[in-house]
Amino acid sequence: MLQAIGVASLDELVRVPAALTLRSPLAVTPQLSESEIADRFAQFAARTTAGGYTSFLGAGAYRHYIPPVVGALAMRGEFLTAYTPYQAEVSQGYLQATYEWQSYIALLTGLDVANASVYDGATALAEAVIMAVNASGRKAVLVSRAVHPNYRAVLRTYAEGLELTVDELPYRADGRTETASLDAALADQRYAALVVQTPNIFGVIDPLTSADSARAAANGTVVIGVVAEALSLAALSTPASWGARICVGEAQSFGNAVAYGGPHVGFIAAGNEHLRRMPGRLVGKSVDAEGRIAYVLTLQAREQHIRREKATSNICTNQAHCALCATIYLAAMGKTGLRDCAALNLARTRELRDAVTAVDGFSARFAAPVFNEVAIRVPGRASDVLRALEDRAILGGLDLGRFYPELVDTLLMTATELTTSADIARLAGALAEVETRAAARI
Amino acid sequence: MPPPAFDTPLIFECGQDGRANCYLPRGPQLETLLPGDLVRDELPLPDNSELDVVRHFTRLSHKTFGIDTVFYPLGSCTMKYNPRINDAMANLPALRDLHPFAPDHAAQGALAVMWELERALASLFGMAAFSLNPAAGAHAELTALLIAKAYFAKRGEAHRNVVIVPDTAHGTNPASAAMVGFRVLSLKSDARGRVDPAALAAVAGPDTAVCMMTNPNTLGLFEDRIGEVSDVIHRAGALMYYDGANANALMGNTRPGDMGFDLMHLNLHKTFSIPHGGGGAGAGPVGVAPALVPYLPVPVVRAYEADGSPAAADGWRDSTGLRFALDFTAPDAVGTMRSFWSNFAHMVRALAYIYANGAEGLILTSQLAVLNANYIRVGIADVVDIPYPEINRHEFVASAQSLKRDTGVRALDLGKALLDRGYHAPTVYFPLIVPECLMIEPTETESKETLDAFIAAFREIVAAARIDPESALGTPRTTPVGRIDETRAARQPDLRWRAPSTESG
Repeated sequence: MLQAIGVASLDELVRVPAALTLRSPLAVTPQLSESEIADRFAQFAARTTAGGYTSFLGAGAYRHYIPPVVGALAMRGEFLTAYTPYQAEVSQGYLQATYEWQSYIALLTGLDVANASVYDGATALAEAVIMAVNASGRKAVLVSRAVHPNYRAVLRTYAEGLELTVDELPYRADGRTETASLDAALADQRYAALVVQTPNIFGVIDPLTSADSARAAANGTVVIGVVAEALSLAALSTPASWGARICVGEAQSFGNAVAYGGPHVGFIAAGNEHLRRMPGRLVGKSVDAEGRIAYVLTLQAREQHIRREKATSNICTNQAHCALCATIYLAAMGKTGLRDCAALNLARTRELRDAVTAVDGFSARFAAPVFNEVAIRVPGRASDVLRALEDRAILGGLDLGRFYPELVDTLLMTATELTTSADIARLAGALAEVETRAAARI
Repeated sequence: MPPPAFDTPLIFECGQDGRANCYLPRGPQLETLLPGDLVRDELPLPDNSELDVVRHFTRLSHKTFGIDTVFYPLGSCTMKYNPRINDAMANLPALRDLHPFAPDHAAQGALAVMWELERALASLFGMAAFSLNPAAGAHAELTALLIAKAYFAKRGEAHRNVVIVPDTAHGTNPASAAMVGFRVLSLKSDARGRVDPAALAAVAGPDTAVCMMTNPNTLGLFEDRIGEVSDVIHRAGALMYYDGANANALMGNTRPGDMGFDLMHLNLHKTFSIPHGGGGAGAGPVGVAPALVPYLPVPVVRAYEADGSPAAADGWRDSTGLRFALDFTAPDAVGTMRSFWSNFAHMVRALAYIYANGAEGLILTSQLAVLNANYIRVGIADVVDIPYPEINRHEFVASAQSLKRDTGVRALDLGKALLDRGYHAPTVYFPLIVPECLMIEPTETESKETLDAFIAAFREIVAAARIDPESALGTPRTTPVGRIDETRAARQPDLRWRAPSTESG
């Protein structure tokens, strides 16, 4: 091969000017055989001990049952090792699956269209805000404080680049977003978007009222609904029904592992009026020269590889394979399975709340109805309670004081269909011990 | 025998209500658990048996080309083999099921994976530190430009708002610049297909923030004057950014750090063998020079010796015996870029790949990637135009300009004809500065037999087209569908299924 090319050695082929050669040798791990790699990662796994705990963690990443059929199909090499389907004739299968994903998201949110996915829930929110900014030309957004703190953090990062102002709405004593001042806030018509999340970070079901949504629309403000737990869409009134015109969120719950934070899969759904401002890939249905149904990436004039600095977003690679996992999951679960799953999440969380609040000193922090997580006020500091639970091999939830200084005594606890009555009884028993100990110290 | 081209109705057109699989116990009625006004009226989704679901998606897979089925010489995309050991490691339950809010003490192994990968990347690319936070290449570009913006703001140079981008750049470069409010200045390549330091010096100045380049560039050419280019940018007080999309050509020859770059990203789904998955998920670690380390996004993985002192690590270090913690407190950090810390499953895959290669293997990887690309170039150089006839790196561009002039057959048609021969098409019409461009990147994992067969097929297609242009113009003919009416797709957007009789879902 070297001869055909006309060079004497591999070194000659890759030579660079002397001034650019390595200043120090490449140093990484010694090369290992595959069996040694398996052993090495078994050590990493052994040092990762969280699996030995009973977990009530959620807050944007959820442990759900994933039928083995999801992995068996998604890991087929044709799907796993394909590139973005630029050559549509040899990508019909993936394109159709993505069209099905778009359809599922549209049906679940009640909105007209959905894109082929974005990185995750937080970046989906940032991209949706950019859509609203581009629609209105306004440079400020109004966001509920009950939106996931990590999502708001990412929005602030993006806002820094785009030079946007992010204002916040407080939450009420019952855990829902306070909208009393909304009229005044919207009236000066400076907000591109109004953002609420349901279920919100406290687990509380927190849609806007249709009247508030209408008020926002009348003032030229786009209502963005955030859904960090996509499973809730199977049970709760659709974001479209209460007035969201853009709905973004996280679909990890549909067939994707929590995987220490990623990859997960963000979605963006919207009313038709926002179609041309959508970021990322869109798959459309068309026909080929012989009139056969055919799928193809479409409306690409929005995208960076055509539009460059005038694109609606810089996004290129998205989360296609995670969206495929979600699509297979939705197909396998079906309407019946999803409804059952959502109902089980509601029932187990109610059971969790009842068991925990039956322990002296523990109470529900908010009164409004929740989906699959509940904020629990604890005696003393939540972080201390968590540590005491960890000593009993329980991960008791998220210390909300990490994000809300006024909630240092509040834990966010999550129950899914995988949480058992025995898990809940263990937690309640452990909390009773913790409480007794705290009381004894006083 | 290829599988028959099955008809594949949409999943919504299959199944029957109640044809449900028994994955979970039956749940109670939703209405017994929530006030009625909070519950949705209907859930208009299909119920399908598991067998029907399996058949549906298996048939869809048959209509999809992947690296596992065909040679995929898609330029700029680095479609190398994705070793299955990587997936197996990412699927270890302790790592796969680890919750991002798990306490650090219960996540030590996962943190060790992130830290080792970060150290390996810093060593391989000559950077002081990396952040594994960004989700993909474009996301990493955005991250890096936010870092640059924060850096200049801190230095009292917030007026710097121009990003210089060569005309060969990936489209994400200018699009990312626009997302941080930077103005894009496109720089014309010289006759050698490279950035001319003198031309750059004429436009670089006190308003320049960043110069974004890839090396080798998207023509597959090594920017051999990159040292002078870096000097020009640094003299202007600006920063050099390395787009790591083409890093597969570099390992063992030079490093972005050695070339004078201050910021960079890598596409782990290119160089480090993570499956592309049909367009993601990817992963785009961002690396920086020492002065920019404080601006990296949070969280940062910190390492400590057994005695609790910060672990020293200049370059690679084995994580054994160290303790780790996620640090969210860095005061100058640009913030965070995503819901949770990284596309962690991909960090596992990338680290497994580095273990499988070691330094020697990675050096050989780049050498063989360059060898394979040059071998194809010389194999087709007499049947298509080669606008830059010199030793290229891991990819090269050819042009169908002469063929089009003589026969009407364009780059697009050659790509489509290759599909009929069981090859994925090269990247076509990119970079934008070469007319009728075909960008070919074979990667190091292809055998000489595969390359020879591809060269032969390519030559036959061109030879046939010169005799009968129709032989290429009507392709592909053997694929599940032929060329698609893209105008109709764009003019009458049909982006989702709707139930036939109802108005909307």
